[in-house]
Amino acid sequence: MSALAQPAGAPAAWPDTYGDEAKPRMGFFTDTSICIGCKACEVACKEWNLIPEDGLVWTGESYDNTSNLNANTWRHVAFIEQRKPLKLTDDAAELESAAQPEPLRWLMESDVCKHCTHAGCLDVCPTGALFRTEFGTVVVQEDVCNGCGYCVPACPFGVLDKRDLPRSPDDAPLALPLLGKKEDGRVWKCTLCYDRLKGGHEPACAKACPTDSIQFGELDELRERAEKRLRKLQAERWNGARLYGHDPDDGVGGFGAFFLLLDEPEVYGLPPDPVVPTAHLPRLWKSTALAATAMFVGIAAAFVGGRT
Amino acid sequence: MTDRKPIKEGKALENGKPAGTTSWDGSITELGTTMESYYGRPVVKEPVWQPEIPFYFWTGGIAGASSVLHGVARVARNDTLAKRCLYVGTAFDLASPLLLVSDLGRPERFLHMLRMFKVTSPMSVGSWILLLSGGASTTAAVLELLGVLRPLKWAGEVVSFLSGPPLATYTGALVANTSIPVWSEARDELPWVFGLSAAASAGAAAAIVTPTDSAGPARRTAVYGVLAELGLVEYMERKLGFVGEVYKKGEAGRYGRISKLCTAAGAALLARAGARSQAAAVAGGALVLAGELALRWSVFKAGFQSARDPRYTVLPQKERIRQRGGGAR
Repeated sequence: MSALAQPAGAPAAWPDTYGDEAKPRMGFFTDTSICIGCKACEVACKEWNLIPEDGLVWTGESYDNTSNLNANTWRHVAFIEQRKPLKLTDDAAELESAAQPEPLRWLMESDVCKHCTHAGCLDVCPTGALFRTEFGTVVVQEDVCNGCGYCVPACPFGVLDKRDLPRSPDDAPLALPLLGKKEDGRVWKCTLCYDRLKGGHEPACAKACPTDSIQFGELDELRERAEKRLRKLQAERWNGARLYGHDPDDGVGGFGAFFLLLDEPEVYGLPPDPVVPTAHLPRLWKSTALAATAMFVGIAAAFVGGRT
Repeated sequence: MTDRKPIKEGKALENGKPAGTTSWDGSITELGTTMESYYGRPVVKEPVWQPEIPFYFWTGGIAGASSVLHGVARVARNDTLAKRCLYVGTAFDLASPLLLVSDLGRPERFLHMLRMFKVTSPMSVGSWILLLSGGASTTAAVLELLGVLRPLKWAGEVVSFLSGPPLATYTGALVANTSIPVWSEARDELPWVFGLSAAASAGAAAAIVTPTDSAGPARRTAVYGVLAELGLVEYMERKLGFVGEVYKKGEAGRYGRISKLCTAAGAALLARAGARSQAAAVAGGALVLAGELALRWSVFKAGFQSARDPRYTVLPQKERIRQRGGGAR
């Protein structure tokens, strides 16, 4: 089991906080090389988690009409049409014949919350609505979140978002107009189906995935499986095959939900080198303390001399 | 890894460019690194904060720095200035939580902010600072007005004085502690920018409401605060380089120019005529206040612009990987 070390100064880390109730860290390994873009994960997620419909639009961006992860999309299938070879070749003659157009490669990737080891959203949440479960996942408590929105720009992956829906006529009128101008106003994201995990089931998206592109399990075991899969693809000379988020030494301490990609992360709309914002916090608090101290000194200096 | 050209012929990249994404050309950039994007879509989310937030940065700053002005004025036995700073600070201390509560998605749950104290969350730390500062200033101001319970009033003044600078500067830490490139890369400067802006606006507010012969320190705070801030903002923009170009563009650029114009003009007026004429002090102070509000809006809008364009997120990260010699950390 991987230890979830926290940034300096943080309270005792998972899994110690759970004592005997701690479970092995669970996660996803999303192998995009076998994703067929069926979006069963998106649908299963919406169904199980009762996520509201949030507009039906045609984007013209390949088969992707949900565009990104947000409050109402917790699994998002990205579609990328590329003129790149699916496999690499050493054959010089084949490289020479670049005159003919390269074949079309269609990448598909089911994106999801990364359930980071060092989760920026969890670190900055002022209410404690975001917490780490006994499975090592990161979940928003909907009865605690007050919609301050700090986690939204804190996430290095742009996963979290505030849900703003039109006010329903059934809503009881509130005494003060200041209180209750929005219907929901809270922040939502993937829970890694915390309720299903509690009941011993796998998350809805993994259950629905027909190709096992989305694999659910204990993180350590998934990492081994992913390494094996990568070695196989590399032996077969797949173009651009790489793991993303599997490394516990990366800027967020490794993802709880990591990926096998076939191109640079940014091609899929993912950051190539994500770092949790709180990694810089000691330095940030230091510059803040210096600036605050300077304010005492500066304003005191304004009183020296020249007083009439 | 193969050497690849950025896709330019991909129709989706051009036609699918979402409204609001600017200057995306999918090609070589100033950093000398190439990148592709997912239909030009942002990697990080724009903040969901409403206009209340930049207004709060401004009011919270005035409240915090006014408390310091008030405290030092007391020690310097300038009671005319001290009293006015106490009242100004309290007024802005009281306006601040209203703005913050109004911004919440669930305003009726504002007390959830006080469920815990979390040093990893500048917003949590700030909520407690604001509670402390607001409570202390209000107590001191009310007792000052009533002229009773002097020891309690002094205690309130001391707490208000000590919590002033944290209140004025933590907001800089708050925005810097995000994944928005133009904010997080300025983590060394933003608390200072916000602190200087707060000091300048508190000085300006005090210069407006205080008779000229007692307002000297307030005017100097405003003038030197503006000067230092103008220099620091310029330095910050240069240091940020590619990421900082949002300060020259769009709304952030517009508010930035307004800010520089207003603060410079206001400071000049305060310095030249503020000591002789109350009218000049009022006009100069108002200009500085307007300029500082524009500065908060400029920083606020820069964050949105920085998040909106994936180049600002991706390219510095790729540059980081390149400098490490490729691969993982």
